[in-house]
Amino acid sequence: MALFMPGDQVTVRKAFPPGHVRTPYYIRGKSGWVQKVLGSFANPEELAYGRDGLPKCPLYRVRFMQSNVWTDYSGGQGDTVDVELYEHWLELFDILRKKEKVCL
Amino acid sequence: MKELGRMHHDMGGQDAGPVDQADHSHPDWEKRVDALMMLLSNNKRRIIAVDELRRGIESLGSESYTKLTYYERWISSITQNLLEKGIISTDELGKKMVEVEEQAKAGHSLTGESE
Amino acid sequence: MPLNSNESILDHYQAMELAVSQLLIEKGYFTESDMFAEIEAMAKRTSEIGAKVVARAWANEEFREALLVDGTEACESIGIVMGPTRLMVVESTEKVHNVIVCTLCSCFPRMLMGVPPDWYKSESYRSRVVREPRKVLAEFGTKVSLNTDVRVHDNTADMRYLVLPKRPVGTEGWSEEKLSALVTRDSMIGVRVIDNPAS
Repeated sequence: MALFMPGDQVTVRKAFPPGHVRTPYYIRGKSGWVQKVLGSFANPEELAYGRDGLPKCPLYRVRFMQSNVWTDYSGGQGDTVDVELYEHWLELFDILRKKEKVCL
Repeated sequence: MKELGRMHHDMGGQDAGPVDQADHSHPDWEKRVDALMMLLSNNKRRIIAVDELRRGIESLGSESYTKLTYYERWISSITQNLLEKGIISTDELGKKMVEVEEQAKAGHSLTGESE
Repeated sequence: MPLNSNESILDHYQAMELAVSQLLIEKGYFTESDMFAEIEAMAKRTSEIGAKVVARAWANEEFREALLVDGTEACESIGIVMGPTRLMVVESTEKVHNVIVCTLCSCFPRMLMGVPPDWYKSESYRSRVVREPRKVLAEFGTKVSLNTDVRVHDNTADMRYLVLPKRPVGTEGWSEEKLSALVTRDSMIGVRVIDNPAS
């Protein structure tokens, strides 16, 4: 059962464990919104070590404003980057703690 | 500024030079590495998961990652995985590598293709 | 010139591959003909397959809609073998220009496109396109107006992305065959656009 829905504003956890991680470094700690719920898949962090990666993890396509990801972004104001992220890397965006505007 | 916690392969956002757009055709041995991985990972066998291949490549260390070519990284990871799983042993691998070397020296074509 | 006893004909990694393959064959994991069959199957996978899909989407509205909903199902419906690939097709328009990358490794929709080009796997592309996409696109000769948003897709997980490029002007009424000849590999990655054909 997926925790998040399309439109939910989420923040990527700021953790830096070694191991096989499919959450890119550049997106950790950044906030965006769920664009699509993609289904559930075996956890690659576990599959990487020959384990079965179960239970399956919900996977989301999350969209980020490039201007929120890079402090010096010099492209278009509406430019975005979509990243596919597993549920355990996401938290609900906390509007009280964060000041940036997540979506247009 | 050193980015602690960033692994070498996780390179999104780093500074780099212009993209070299030259393409190269793949020599036979690279195609064989590709085919090898497809055979090992397909549903029929599931001997090495693609995630294990990736993790093996990521574990090579930043110096090897940079020095080795793409398929050299692949075959290194495939081999490490097979050794870890006990599917092949270091000893038999060593002996077989010497054997294939000697066969190549003798001008023997191992794949049936002409040199 | 004769080799001395320390010289190799085979590169270390070539020897590793041959040795590993031979051992696995001896142990019965697969046969040499399995290997040949796989190499042959791989050779048949080129971006021409992707180009056919794009051409059909341009020519057939129903297919285009199905493709955007479920890329794998739509491709299978026209006889393309997709294997385990979960395909997501993203459409470039006047408002959005899509570009694909795998910053972590080299994930690519191989069943439709074959092996990725070297530059797609390069440190430079993987490092820069997610951070300065317009500059990288410009290196490929692609200038995107500021009225169009650039959307980068980082293939970090189980989906594989393909760009449905904008259909060039002046191709109305063209056959799918003629349309597919216009579609380049690079346009389906998103680093190039397809020029309008000369009238």
